[in-house]
Amino acid sequence: MKHTISVLVENEFGVLSRVSGLFSGRGFNIESLSVAPTLDPSISRITLVTRGDDQILEQITKQLNKLIDTIKVIDFTGQDYVERELALIKVGSEEKSRAEVLRIVDIFRAKVVDVTPRSYTVEITGAPAKVNAILDLLQPMGIKELVRSGPVVLGRGAKGWSGA
Amino acid sequence: MKKTGSQILLECLQLEGVDTVFGYPGGTVINIYDDLMNYPIQHILTRHEQAAVHAADGYARASGKVGVAIATSGPGATNTVTGLATAYMDSIPLVVVTGQVPTPLIGNDAFQEADIIGITRPITKHNYLVKDVRDLARIVKQAFYIARTGRPGPVVIDLPKDVQVASTDFAYPEKVEMRGYKPTYSGNVRQVEKAVKMILAARRPVIYVGGGATLADATDELIDFSEAVQAPVATTLMGMASFPKKHPMSLGMLGMHGTYYANMAVTNTDLLIAVGARFDDRVTGKIASFAPHARIIHIDIDPTSIKKNVRVDLPIVGELKDVLAKMVQKLSEQGEGVKKLLEASEDWRREIEQWKKEHPMSYQGSESVIKPQFVIEKLRELSSDDAIVTTEVGQHQMWTAQFFDFSQPRTFLTSGGLGTMGFGLPAALGAQAAFPDRQVIDVSGDGSFQMNSQELATLVQYRLPVKIAILNNNFLGMVRQWQQLFFDKRYSQTCMELPIDFVKLAEAYGATGLAAARPDEVEGVIRKAFETPGPVLMEFKVAREENVMPMVPAGAGLNEMVLAS
Repeated sequence: MKHTISVLVENEFGVLSRVSGLFSGRGFNIESLSVAPTLDPSISRITLVTRGDDQILEQITKQLNKLIDTIKVIDFTGQDYVERELALIKVGSEEKSRAEVLRIVDIFRAKVVDVTPRSYTVEITGAPAKVNAILDLLQPMGIKELVRSGPVVLGRGAKGWSGA
Repeated sequence: MKKTGSQILLECLQLEGVDTVFGYPGGTVINIYDDLMNYPIQHILTRHEQAAVHAADGYARASGKVGVAIATSGPGATNTVTGLATAYMDSIPLVVVTGQVPTPLIGNDAFQEADIIGITRPITKHNYLVKDVRDLARIVKQAFYIARTGRPGPVVIDLPKDVQVASTDFAYPEKVEMRGYKPTYSGNVRQVEKAVKMILAARRPVIYVGGGATLADATDELIDFSEAVQAPVATTLMGMASFPKKHPMSLGMLGMHGTYYANMAVTNTDLLIAVGARFDDRVTGKIASFAPHARIIHIDIDPTSIKKNVRVDLPIVGELKDVLAKMVQKLSEQGEGVKKLLEASEDWRREIEQWKKEHPMSYQGSESVIKPQFVIEKLRELSSDDAIVTTEVGQHQMWTAQFFDFSQPRTFLTSGGLGTMGFGLPAALGAQAAFPDRQVIDVSGDGSFQMNSQELATLVQYRLPVKIAILNNNFLGMVRQWQQLFFDKRYSQTCMELPIDFVKLAEAYGATGLAAARPDEVEGVIRKAFETPGPVLMEFKVAREENVMPMVPAGAGLNEMVLAS
């Protein structure tokens, strides 16, 4: 089963390698990982997507908590949360497909952020499923390059977590 | 007052109560070694950095204090890797300081540079690269705190040369503040109450004790607990000395080379109470047939140990001393219930006594050739109760576990998790440094001994009177045993064809060497070794193809053990 986990860690030298090393060393998989500092610059927030059964997920959260630099671990499974991913897609557009690309961009409420006579670069934000959907439609036009940020998530509701 | 980085390090060591460090100098720690001459800290110069870490490890295992080792950058640091991994697997508190090239050179492939933080990340509890001398005191304080608290483990401090030279005002922090590290000590009372309920409902309880009991110094609480419920106690290799083998409730060791009765008890128990153990594969055998009828209570200070390998019905996270004391307290409030339990479990204890009688731990004696088990029994008989025994890894290690009746905690130092050949001699060196007046014995094999035999020099130089007993069969015996049993006796690369004159080797270093080739010489050699001051090497030419039995073949269940080969 897919799990999205947020890990708040000390924003210190080598902390990302501690987290990623834990996954590779213990044979856990990471589907995506994104990391950036929080409002408090001494804390970084990692969002990672992983897969495993209940026993593996219990180990993953326990092992993450065991890292000295880990301040908090949140597994969003079973919780209500907002999930967003950003993708930049460079899609080829010959004369006959230019209009079609723009139509698709419009339908998905995506944005063209760079344009040349032979390409559009499209920015899209949404749940990973929405990103997948636009990719399916753009693929026939020829995708030259793609970058996805991996999802980031926040729990729904007024309650927030801002510090240790 | 302003102090340099290397002075701050040494001040901190002093404030942590460190009296002995093990190490090996080099270019990037030369400042530390220079300042060391001004501090009342004993430094023991081993002949290899790996041995320095094992020695600090032996010192820590024997004394319960944090062991400290120092190595230079690059090869010095990489030589500490096996020592660190050994300590990490067995949860031994160490602080290992490595030199590093000056910070501006880091990443430039400088002379004797290695990314030791990257290399040791998966084999340390935590590690630090000190980039600013102003962080050093806090980092040393944290390193010691992390090493000895919670589930203990080794911590590396990588200290670049320029940070050792830079100076700053020195103040040792009084408190440690780490928002990400707060081990749970106090066991949850509700969980303890649930455990007591499960125990009172059991008919065939077994306590399974691991190295955590030793680390927590929980022997007294463990004995109280076992006696309160009259439950038999099986220990792992690491938990062995924490429960006296002569105790009527002792089942000895369980697992691959455990006793028949321990493995039968675990297979037939209806309630397994795991105490500071981690269900290692050498203990469980095939998971599916491990304690198949049992509910499982697991007490451990490390939550990651719980439900890692086996299902657990009731987890209790906490320090063993605390949890076991609470357990005994709660049980004492249940007089009636306990009485019923003792009555209801009487048949179980009788059954276990029967197993003990049917298949006691035994071996075939001989009058013509020295049986290795016989040497172990004689060592026990002739040594004092508080003698500290270390081992290397292999057959001799298992025979020591099987035939040496340990009666006191922290008297059996062995590499259980990583299984490191070459551990025993330097560990004995460290234990002897911690306890100069106690008897320290390294039981070794001819293979393992040659992995760190250079430490004979350290023993002689520092007058550390370690007694070494080499069970010499001219084989890498444990691998040979597997080849005999599972590979049609194809002894690929396990015969040490060159016979070493171990007596002469000892003498070359200035130690005493003794040898026995016949059973009737064994006692005399041991007596002489124990009477001789200083380090003594005893070589016993033992039966070459003796096997460690009983044995659960790898991947089989504990109930499928082979009793004799």
